[in-house]
Amino acid sequence: MIGTLDYSTLQQLWWLICSVVGSLLVFLFFVQGGQSMLFTLPHNAEEKKLMVNSLGRKWEMTFTTLVLFGGALFAAFPKFYATSFGGAYWVWMFILFTFIIQAVSYEYRSRENNFLGARTYEIFLLINGSVGVLLIGVAVGTFFTGSSFALNEYNQVTWQTPTRGLEAVSNMFNLSFGLFLVFLGRTLGGMYLLNNIRHVPLNARCRKSVLINFLIMLPFLLFVLLSLVTMDGYAMNPETSEIFMEKGKYLNNLLSMPLLLLFLLAGLGLVIYGVVVTSFKNSYKGIWAAGFGTVLVALAVFLTAGYGNTAFYPSYADLQSSLTIYNASSSKFTLTVMSYVALGIPFVLAYVAYVWKLMDNKKLDVDELHNSESAHEFY
Amino acid sequence: MVEQIDLTQVNWARAQFALTALYHWIFVPLTLGLSFLLAFFETIYVRTGNEEWKRLTKFWMTLFAINFAIGVATGIILEFQFGTNWSNYSWIVGDIFGAPLAIEGIFAFFLEATFFAMMFFGWDRVSKRMHLFSTWMVAIGSNLSALWILVANGWMQNPVGMAFNPDTARFEMESFSEVLFNPVAISKFTHTTSSSFVLASLFVVGISSWYLLKGRHILMAKRSIVVASVFGFVAVAYVGLSGDEAAYEVAQHQPMKLAAMEGLYDGEVNAGAIALGIVNSQKIAGDTQEGMLVEVKVPFVLSLLANRKFNSFVPGINDLVFGNEEYGIVSAASRIENGKKAIAALAAYKEARNNNDDTASKQALVKLNTYKDDIGYGYLQSGVDTVPPVATTFYAFHVMVILGTLFPLVFLAFLYYIYKDEVEKKGWLHIVGLCCIPLAWVASEAGWIVAEVGRQPWAIQDLLPVRVSNTNLTTGTVQTTFFMFLFLFTLLLIAEIRIMLTQIKKGPEED
Ligand code: HDD
Ligand code: HEM
Ligand code: HEM
Repeated sequence: MIGTLDYSTLQQLWWLICSVVGSLLVFLFFVQGGQSMLFTLPHNAEEKKLMVNSLGRKWEMTFTTLVLFGGALFAAFPKFYATSFGGAYWVWMFILFTFIIQAVSYEYRSRENNFLGARTYEIFLLINGSVGVLLIGVAVGTFFTGSSFALNEYNQVTWQTPTRGLEAVSNMFNLSFGLFLVFLGRTLGGMYLLNNIRHVPLNARCRKSVLINFLIMLPFLLFVLLSLVTMDGYAMNPETSEIFMEKGKYLNNLLSMPLLLLFLLAGLGLVIYGVVVTSFKNSYKGIWAAGFGTVLVALAVFLTAGYGNTAFYPSYADLQSSLTIYNASSSKFTLTVMSYVALGIPFVLAYVAYVWKLMDNKKLDVDELHNSESAHEFY
Repeated sequence: MVEQIDLTQVNWARAQFALTALYHWIFVPLTLGLSFLLAFFETIYVRTGNEEWKRLTKFWMTLFAINFAIGVATGIILEFQFGTNWSNYSWIVGDIFGAPLAIEGIFAFFLEATFFAMMFFGWDRVSKRMHLFSTWMVAIGSNLSALWILVANGWMQNPVGMAFNPDTARFEMESFSEVLFNPVAISKFTHTTSSSFVLASLFVVGISSWYLLKGRHILMAKRSIVVASVFGFVAVAYVGLSGDEAAYEVAQHQPMKLAAMEGLYDGEVNAGAIALGIVNSQKIAGDTQEGMLVEVKVPFVLSLLANRKFNSFVPGINDLVFGNEEYGIVSAASRIENGKKAIAALAAYKEARNNNDDTASKQALVKLNTYKDDIGYGYLQSGVDTVPPVATTFYAFHVMVILGTLFPLVFLAFLYYIYKDEVEKKGWLHIVGLCCIPLAWVASEAGWIVAEVGRQPWAIQDLLPVRVSNTNLTTGTVQTTFFMFLFLFTLLLIAEIRIMLTQIKKGPEED
């Protein structure tokens, strides 16, 4: 069946797959959000240990999803991979750095003789949870605001600013997007910890943090949404493949693809519902609604950027260099092969969910810290 | 496209890749091998129900975790470095190269990441069998990730299953199975995994030897040595076999690399292999100096290794640079000329397409197809550009092979004294065991130096030289990130080693 799909359907399918992976990543940033609260939520070493160990059983999922996000974009949209990573060099380098330091921090933090001291590793986690997520948000923001690159006829990238991508931080939209992501991560992080840990004072503080972070997030979210529906967008003429600026392009996209609008609204609704039941109904399960809502919102964002004859990685320096899912993709053959491969994804999701459920059946508590058979492996 | 090659920048980018890859490779082989050893240990525990084996498993598992974390940390930069530092490469071959990387992510990394948490924190959360299952899944997952990345790397050494598309000016995949079953990829996979099993076995044997030397944890040490020596001995036999296969594949697809590995300037029939030697580092292809200052040769072996025939011809560096009519070898200079024609034809094709000139574009295409196999040569200046650094390749290769013949003896000695039940008393053997830990890493890193330095100047053999694979960055930028990585990775390595040593000193938890 996959073999008979035409090229543009495959390109859309792969944008969908990359978007799903990206959206799951945004949800999984609850790990980063949790990390960023390591210095504020817990009031003693034991509480901190609970937090680190709760997050520590999930961090690899987020990390691996990020790696997969990169890999999937490489395989399906190699021109994007080459242009963005090579072009916006410094943004990506800083993002990578924050993930490198994250990867060792859980394991090394509480080990004896760890050279840098537990606090350093906690700061590493904080950096990853704040700066790392912020910069990823900024990078995603450029899907709408554009970047300053040009491609020559051999598709080699030249970047017009010496800051190589860091200039994107100075754009209000990008910055708000980044901050929105940071506080979304913290909101989700609070709900996740609440769900995963049983510890009365810590739980109470998690609950409080959810509402506070959500309220801080709101203005950024509103600004992003408002900008998105009012700004000019990078549109592609389907006949000539020419890129041009269209008034209200992203609003038009949402209106012409009502499913995306639905995703966006339903997603926001679910996030709000999650926050409300957490803050006012004493529920421990807000993470599920808010998590699912997050995935929907992120999907709407990614799909608005790529579908509807839109340039998903636009260049304001040279409009015609902008990348669309049509000009940036792999060959039809490769997309077809990769689509067969992608049939394995549901299977992977299934066993991840199964293992996750097995491991989380019993909530983490102080008793386990001291009496578990795995206690000496605890972070 | 060739005008602006900035070799200093390219060399810094190479240095950065080499640095990060070699760091990653400090941790990866231990993960690949130790994960299987853990699975063996735990299987014995589950079979026998003996708590001592569980304690043993947990001890090695702690060391595994310390290593694993930094392996993951160093891996992510490699994944993205193709884009950041080699964006031209990523575009030109991304259609083929991206696929195995994505598949690795989907199938291998998730397997590892998911079951890793269960393996570490699941001792009393899941059943014994489920736990054992998760340990096996971690082993399988990590070795699967080796498979996919080596498919990618094998493809760079021997690009198959694709064609050049002049419209997009890139290579595009035509056969996935050819890419997957590329003989170079298969031999790389078998050789790399088996050599990693050897490395991990030596690690376990070495640390156990230290305990014996100190007279601590004797029983645990002996048990570990038994399992690791058996595993290591079987694996090392496979290392020899697959190494031989790797050399054969090199001879078939990268004759220049083979010549550099052996320091062979003038091709020979009945070629001998050098067992030991000193390379003349002043020597340049074509001059009158000797290639080797000192050499001890074993007759016929090279011909056998390269072509599986005693009296076959093995081309030397000079033959490949200057051509050899007798054996039908075309000189690098004429391949460079062909390559330049291919590049010109590509430009002509593009222009004709822009002008909608069908006849001209057809003509250009015919010309491109005639010369396309040499297109990469068109970016080189002269024949000697095709010669990799001979001394580095030669020494790395010989260090690896010498150690590869030494290791089986080490495993045998341990097995022998275990069998005679005298292993505790042999102090000299414990010291040998300890010394083998660093040697295992030397051999393993040397292997990659052979593979990667030996394929210079190519990123993709014959098709894309490293010097045009890079991103348009300034030298200063790449230098900066180079030193950032050097600093950060060294810091983390020191932390890792100190934590590891502390854990080893502590030994298994006593209850
Ligand atoms: C413990 C490590 C170890 C040991 C003892 C050996 N190797 Fe090895 N070798 C590797 C670890 C390694 C490696 C790190 O896994 C490499 C690097 C790239 C690769 O595919 O495997 C490698 C590469 C490599 C290559 C280059 C392949 C290429 O360029 O594509 C050859 C020809 C050999 N090996 C041959 C041998 C022979 C004949 C050995 C003698 C018994 C041997 N190796 C022992
Ligand atoms: C982990 C094991 C590996 C090690 C230790 C290793 C080692 C090296 C070294 C030493 C260099 C520098 C060679 C030189 O410039 O003289 C290099 C370059 C490079 N390697 Fe590898 N390599 C490894 C795996 C891979 C894999 C799996 C790939 C591809 C999938 C790869 C792709 C490259 C590329 C693109 C370069 C840059 C171009 C170059 O300078 O050669 N390497 N590697
Ligand atoms: C340039 C090539 C390479 C790239 C791009 C790369 C990429 C990565 C990445 C991104 C990770 C972290 C995965 C995670 O999320 O858990 C990783 C870890 C790993 N890689 Fe590599 N890798 C390369 C070379 C290799 C080679 C040559 C092998 C084996 C032959 C290998 C085997 C592994 C294994 C077993 C892990 C698990 C963690 C550990 O190292 O302990 N990698 N790699």
